Amino acid sequence: MNEPARPANTWHEILRQAFKDHDVRLVTYVPDNVLRPLIEGCHADPFFTTFPCVREEEAVGIVTGATMAGMRGVVLMQTSGFATLPNVLASLVVACQVPVVMVVSERGTLGEFNPGQAIVCRTMRPILDSMGIEHHTMTRLDEAAFIADRTIRQAFATRWPACLILSPLLTGGRK
Amino acid sequence: MTETTGNLHVMNRAALTKRLVAGLKNREAVIGGIGNSNWDLWAADRTRGENFYMLGSMGLAAPIAMGVAIAQPKRRVFALEGDGSLLMQLGCLSTIAAQGVRNLCVVVWDNGIYQITGGQGTPARASGTDIVAIARASGIASAAWAADEAEFDALVARALATDGPHLIGVKIDNEPGREQTDRDPIRFRESFMRAMALPV
Repeated sequence: MNEPARPANTWHEILRQAFKDHDVRLVTYVPDNVLRPLIEGCHADPFFTTFPCVREEEAVGIVTGATMAGMRGVVLMQTSGFATLPNVLASLVVACQVPVVMVVSERGTLGEFNPGQAIVCRTMRPILDSMGIEHHTMTRLDEAAFIADRTIRQAFATRWPACLILSPLLTGGRK
Repeated sequence: MTETTGNLHVMNRAALTKRLVAGLKNREAVIGGIGNSNWDLWAADRTRGENFYMLGSMGLAAPIAMGVAIAQPKRRVFALEGDGSLLMQLGCLSTIAAQGVRNLCVVVWDNGIYQITGGQGTPARASGTDIVAIARASGIASAAWAADEAEFDALVARALATDGPHLIGVKIDNEPGREQTDRDPIRFRESFMRAMALPV
């Protein structure tokens, strides 16, 4: 018997579908354990050009270039990687108004064991707020598709970067 | 093609940038790195929509150029980057090599100093670091020093005609950039995007 087609029912399937719906074809990432199913799903799907970068700011540079040349992209990273980004976000992405979409798996909260990660996590939202970069924290599966779709849509419509933060409430986080 | 740094003629970034841009006939994209690389690109031809000028984000000329090259495989794309800037983002050479970006050429202007901040020497100069050797060791097989102007022209011609990624190392003098860009990032992005929307 064939399995009936089923709607996306995991957070990573939902995100991958949202990328597709908005023609986001370039997926760059700095590896992260929580993001693994999303990264693997993008690698396995020929719709996407998916590859790892050595630094988050490098990935933002690549996506900026691709976006300006007509190919939309996303940068996947974890919280500590995001913390390396203020200079490139301010002086390139925001200054030039390029709609770079970021997806950050949130570490450093809700049971973090590493004090360094916990402190880094507290810098993330103030950095985004200081530059007026819209961000939404995804905590519930039933809201995930709406938040991902609308956030990505607005980023491209308004030519402004945006950030989706994946809460451990959604992903299960790092055990 | 010159493999080592022992016998390299010291050239001038402004003159070579002008030479490079004047030879581009197919709407090639050129990404100028922060500071002097940018300013000499601006001085070479500020009317060229295919030029993109960075105002910050030191070290990202090559990654931005890589993104353009991936998005438009038929367009040739150049990154003009200083040695100090590239040192901040050396890992991008591995990323470029790993993706085998065929239509990308990184030009490295190497004067061994941070000219714009007062001419302080780079750690790479003190240690004798060979940037072309690093590029090769990172997997960019088509990486070479340009020994003189004629060889620079030949390496650019190779980058325009053959599959890369390519990297061209150029030893340059300490002259500052000849002009400064406007500081108008939104206009730069818009004019670059309009130019990239035109077919090659």
